[in-house]
Amino acid sequence: MYNILLGGAAGDGIETMSALLEKTIKKSGSQLFTFRDFMSRVRGGHNFSQIRFGSEPVNAHRDNLNGIFAIDEETYAQHNHQLQDDGFILCDLSLTIKDDRCLKLPLRDIAKKLGNPKVLTSVAIGALLKLFSFPQEIAVEVFTANLRPDLLEINLLALKEGFEFVKPRFPNTKVTMSEHILLTGNTAIGLGALAADMKFYSAYPMSPSTTLLDFFSANSEKMNLAVEQAEDEIAAINMALGASYAGAPAMVGTSGGGFSLMVEALGFAGIAEIPVVMADIQRPGPATGFPTRTEQSDLKFVISAAQGEFPRMVIALRNHADCFFQTARAFALAKKYQIPVILLSDQYLADSATTVPIFDTKQLYHDPSDHKSLSETDESGLYRRYELTESGISPLKIPGKTKSFVRIDSDEHDEFGQITESAEVRIQMVNKRMAKLALLESELIEPDFWGDEQCRTLLVGFGSTDGAIKEAVSILNANGGHFGALLFGDIYPLPIQRLKHYGCQVTEIINIEQNATGQLAALIREKTLLSCHRSILKYDGRQLSVDTVLEEIQNLKGGRAQ
Amino acid sequence: MKANEYASSETAWCPGCGNFTILETLIEVLNNLDTPPDQIVLVGGIGQAAKANQYVSANGFSGLHGRALPAAVAIKIANDALTVIVNTGDGDSYGEGGNHFLHNIRRNVDITHFVHDNQIYGLTKGQPSPTSNACDLGHKTTSCNMSIPFNPLLIAIATGATFVARCFTGHTEHLAKIMAAAILHKGYALVDILQPCVSFNKLNTFAYYNKRVQELDASYDPTNKMAALEKSMEFGDVIPIGILYREQGMTYEDKHPQLFNGIPLIDKPHDMNSVKALISEYI
Repeated sequence: MYNILLGGAAGDGIETMSALLEKTIKKSGSQLFTFRDFMSRVRGGHNFSQIRFGSEPVNAHRDNLNGIFAIDEETYAQHNHQLQDDGFILCDLSLTIKDDRCLKLPLRDIAKKLGNPKVLTSVAIGALLKLFSFPQEIAVEVFTANLRPDLLEINLLALKEGFEFVKPRFPNTKVTMSEHILLTGNTAIGLGALAADMKFYSAYPMSPSTTLLDFFSANSEKMNLAVEQAEDEIAAINMALGASYAGAPAMVGTSGGGFSLMVEALGFAGIAEIPVVMADIQRPGPATGFPTRTEQSDLKFVISAAQGEFPRMVIALRNHADCFFQTARAFALAKKYQIPVILLSDQYLADSATTVPIFDTKQLYHDPSDHKSLSETDESGLYRRYELTESGISPLKIPGKTKSFVRIDSDEHDEFGQITESAEVRIQMVNKRMAKLALLESELIEPDFWGDEQCRTLLVGFGSTDGAIKEAVSILNANGGHFGALLFGDIYPLPIQRLKHYGCQVTEIINIEQNATGQLAALIREKTLLSCHRSILKYDGRQLSVDTVLEEIQNLKGGRAQ
Repeated sequence: MKANEYASSETAWCPGCGNFTILETLIEVLNNLDTPPDQIVLVGGIGQAAKANQYVSANGFSGLHGRALPAAVAIKIANDALTVIVNTGDGDSYGEGGNHFLHNIRRNVDITHFVHDNQIYGLTKGQPSPTSNACDLGHKTTSCNMSIPFNPLLIAIATGATFVARCFTGHTEHLAKIMAAAILHKGYALVDILQPCVSFNKLNTFAYYNKRVQELDASYDPTNKMAALEKSMEFGDVIPIGILYREQGMTYEDKHPQLFNGIPLIDKPHDMNSVKALISEYI
């Protein structure tokens, strides 16, 4: 497994370079994981992209680098401590970096000679591919498929020059892998929504959720989607609820700030029992926080947001496959239970790209119960939108598709959807809504267990830290440790069977979270009375790596990790 | 379609409230339409006016305060075979929902918006609404506007609305005619309906309006935008009522022909093969 970093200022073309390089590496037969770190600005500053690749599946980043491509001195200054002794710093001759590991090439001169200083990054791609023993031909294919025709020739020349300038340094074995796709977390959410027949998406642009809006907009005509850029997040969610009431599976996407504006309507979805999927792509808060960085600090917020009490579900997305399959499942559960389902992702997962086996749509969620009978009624008699049933799920009809009137209300209402102030009806309706949780709880997905079945230490985490925690556990156990980990996807209601099982067996539970207060640990304590003994909490806006987990566990254990 | 399919039920309004006239007129207008009640969705926010949809035998969506418009346009987008009518108050439409008012004019989805404008907050008992008259600083009351009164018609015309009208509950035939025209208009249609609040608005009473309103006559050209802007600023000893401005502009539906091609969005089939093809683009 190799690890390289591409760094420069915003506007230097690092993102385009990274995308071309990722596609080439993938097409050459390697698996990869790239995470992107960028500032909330259009020009300047320091942005980087870190690509980890090799023959094994990879779901997290590591800190040690085999190589750095530095457009500027700042990249070197910020990252040279990550570079291994035998690593390289590929940069232009003009950079004033003094380091034996430097591999200075006349990148700028070559680009200038070719007639466009911007093709410097293509020269670098050529050099990087050669250093890692990749063939040039696949890059030619990727360039041809992805670059504007008028820019193709000059970039191919640049690629060739870079390729010829260096010698292979790192061996590379091509593996044959099954059909894989390369995509970001947000793209996978988008595809999952389309697989679930989402027909309406409304949002107000907000990092790091905006790429979802871009994805749906780009595919709206082809996929028959209504995509509305709302005037604010309040409009976005109220539109989604209107569309859903009218029969269009609907979703909103935002980050914590926008979710805050959606909160009243979240409760409206709860009391009016309107299915809706809400994606909260978290970033560090409160308020504007760190717009382009990552955190997992909205968990307690989204599970308790809105006044009053009503059933909801929260699914933390752990990886790119989850983004696809769990998004599709969220639509199915939202419809089945007529509740809001919240997807919790974050900037790290949203913007990172990885290779995953091509999504098999046959593996999409199928309802284990036969709830069709719950939502079908005959046309005789008066339709009761909020009919009192044993399961709490009332028949859901679509206005205009039935002779009955479909009436919903944000006020407390009777079975017909008429406003009521009856104490008796109030109790019936609260009980009916909350009853849906019992059925939902029976089909929750328990957290993934990873590691030693006889573990002495149990790590718990949720969402996008999944890959790093699992890899760290494998390393610890390979070195004689006895670690296990529970990684939560379904997180609210909290599935507790495995927690109880492993929690009672181990001597220590450690929660690993990207927040300052240990929100998962608090939820576990509330629902199971199990206390986490120690916490690894990271809230600097940067995602923990495999190495962070290893180091923090060493620190907690006084240098002794078993 | 047979008449009198629409009916009303018992209401929670004060005796003498202007909402009764609007409700009765609305039912009469609906009964004269060719659209059956199961193809009508009445949308409201929160407030006394917003309760109107509770009292009509049709589909009903009683949403959040100020948020009727976003829900209504999305209902129409999801199923353009439906007729979507918003009934809600001046506080709901122009105060809490002010941002949606502006931007749904721009969107121009084919819905109708009846604002029951009594120039006061009724359900919360007498606070000034955006359209309350300006305070006379010598005789301030608890229900006058210390801020500049909001002029919904001027804002609507200036923002690009294609059907802008004002009515008064004292002129019911005129009200019925304009409500019907608004429903039939293609695009967003705003009708600001002046109505007395008998419990809390002691200034803008039935008599106050009755003395001032003047129906626009045949000499008025509602397609002249500059004249309409000027007319919309008349609100004093004379209050003009009628269609102040009308044009046939591009609607949301016109601009999205692939979504509105005769098959409502909710009836468009789900094609898993095209999803699979899209997934394959990431190979």
